[in-house]
Amino acid sequence: MQSSALSRYIGLIPSSVMIGAFFVIPFVLILLTSVSTPTDDGGYATGFDLQHFERFLTWFYIERALFSAGLCALIAVLSLLIAYPFTYFLTTFPPRSQTFWLIYILAQLSLSEVLIAFSWQILLSRTAGVANILVWIGVIEKSFAMTPSAGAVVAALVYLTVPFSVLLLFPALSRLDKSLIEASRTLGASPLRTFFTVIIPVTRPAIISGGVTVFVLTLGAIIVPQVLGKPEHWTLSVLITDQAIFNFNMPFASALAVVLLVLSATVIWLVTKFSGKKT
Amino acid sequence: MPGLSIENVTKKFGTVTAVKDVNLQFNTGEMICFLGPSGCGKTTLLRMIAGLDEPTQGTIRFEDQDLTGVPVHQRNIGMVFQSFALFPHLNVGENISYAMRIRGHSRSECEDRARQLLDMVHLPGLEDRKISQLSGGQRQRVAIARALALNPQVFLLDEPMSALDANLREVMQIELRKLQQELGITTVVVTHDQTEAMTMADQIVVMGKAQVLQTGTPMEIYKTPVDKFVAGFIGTSNLLPAKMSGPDSVHVNGAVLNVGGNTGHFAQGDDVLLMTRPEEVFVHHPSDVDVANSVTGTVTFVRDIGATIEILVDCAGHEVISVLTPKDWPNVKVGDQVHVEMPAAACSVLAV
Repeated sequence: MQSSALSRYIGLIPSSVMIGAFFVIPFVLILLTSVSTPTDDGGYATGFDLQHFERFLTWFYIERALFSAGLCALIAVLSLLIAYPFTYFLTTFPPRSQTFWLIYILAQLSLSEVLIAFSWQILLSRTAGVANILVWIGVIEKSFAMTPSAGAVVAALVYLTVPFSVLLLFPALSRLDKSLIEASRTLGASPLRTFFTVIIPVTRPAIISGGVTVFVLTLGAIIVPQVLGKPEHWTLSVLITDQAIFNFNMPFASALAVVLLVLSATVIWLVTKFSGKKT
Repeated sequence: MPGLSIENVTKKFGTVTAVKDVNLQFNTGEMICFLGPSGCGKTTLLRMIAGLDEPTQGTIRFEDQDLTGVPVHQRNIGMVFQSFALFPHLNVGENISYAMRIRGHSRSECEDRARQLLDMVHLPGLEDRKISQLSGGQRQRVAIARALALNPQVFLLDEPMSALDANLREVMQIELRKLQQELGITTVVVTHDQTEAMTMADQIVVMGKAQVLQTGTPMEIYKTPVDKFVAGFIGTSNLLPAKMSGPDSVHVNGAVLNVGGNTGHFAQGDDVLLMTRPEEVFVHHPSDVDVANSVTGTVTFVRDIGATIEILVDCAGHEVISVLTPKDWPNVKVGDQVHVEMPAAACSVLAV
């Protein structure tokens, strides 16, 4: 018994080292930097100073944080609204075409955020964008640029996250017992009624975990808001990049990163708390 | 009163014919069992009655109402699924009153009905339980209660006992039959278990290879199966190759036996199978002489389980089973050359 317990601990060592080296230590460094004290030469030294957090507590940054949370929530909802019906119908396809579509969607994930952002920029441009198609079919008179705009940011972020939503929903929907649907039908529920009273509630855990994942993913997007949006569409992540790379203000960037982390942890905590207790 | 009727119903899935030209007619309030091996089309037929599948051809009627083409949720049926298909996100009471909530009944009406139905299936006080907290037998009772919530015209059950253990199965068969008789509801049960069918059914429909092989009361099917497939499927049967030697007699292993049962359309010289049921076959000690209507054979096994004794006899390469009560015990042992008596009344002939 003791040797098997020992071997179990030995098995844990590689993953512990991994997590420690790449997640715990960097996080501690961020925490330390966020409360560091400025030095005379413009750098920073280890200490305890909350001035960077105080700077966050101005309306500009609080408003950015709220905007980020709102945008990410909107993207999560839109992404699920598109992905859920698609995934549901996908599970009713024959197994061969299910595999085909899943591989196709997985392939979409290999496209980086950068590529997607610039593709959307072209797609929404005045010279080569969809506006030209509208001119061609006679809906509008003159082509125009659809970026930068909030709509462009939302469209590209939804595009970016739908494959994730599909892949997160697929296991639950494909495992859904089809006899539950049939039972609901024999009990007098129309197909639409069955969808809302059985299919969605039964797959609710997958919907929630999908939504949270998309929320957090979108929170980390830095290219799309910059390329397709105006500065007022920038999220907290963009501001962190801005502070770290262009302003060389590591302590403030770290403080913002800590805020971002707290924000996403709070959202995950709230969602799991309120979805956990039903009725 | 004519109740459920199935007229010229055929169902094809692509090139596969699952149900072929089935015609059945039942009275309202009857309990019907579709009996057959897996893949014989019995579940497909049940699903067509429910409306979960539509027939490729033919009509399904209940009383004067044509059900063909009516969507599932507009048919007044109740169905119990093989897996029970209870909704995991609802508790017992909510599961049972689901159909009522869909129809817009008030919360208190739903709760009253759920309580009433739980009493009916002998699970009082369980309305607040989660489905995951129920045993297999309790789940089945909840599934039955849920299906009956709206007093359906037709009650359908797809292999309802297959998820239960053997003892519980026997209890539930009797209970389900009693409940069905109490409610007087037309009920169709799909099963591959002949004991289940014989315990519960008014009418048994034996199916094989997408077709109906025989329809009748359990005893009709037991006593006069139409062919060797039905004979083998309902109860245990002894089948010996024989040749018609006269209008009411056959040659078997050099002996001539009188046949009291149906000899049908067979003519003298036809090859047939002589069928007997184990409980109607008697074994006589080697020393007995002049045993009427008998063949000889060698005892290969004796299974004495107290209440009954089963004797396996090898008659020229074919096994004959005799099930006796202890008072008919002929005191034989393995290896004895015995006389196997098949009284004329117990004999019937089937096509080879």
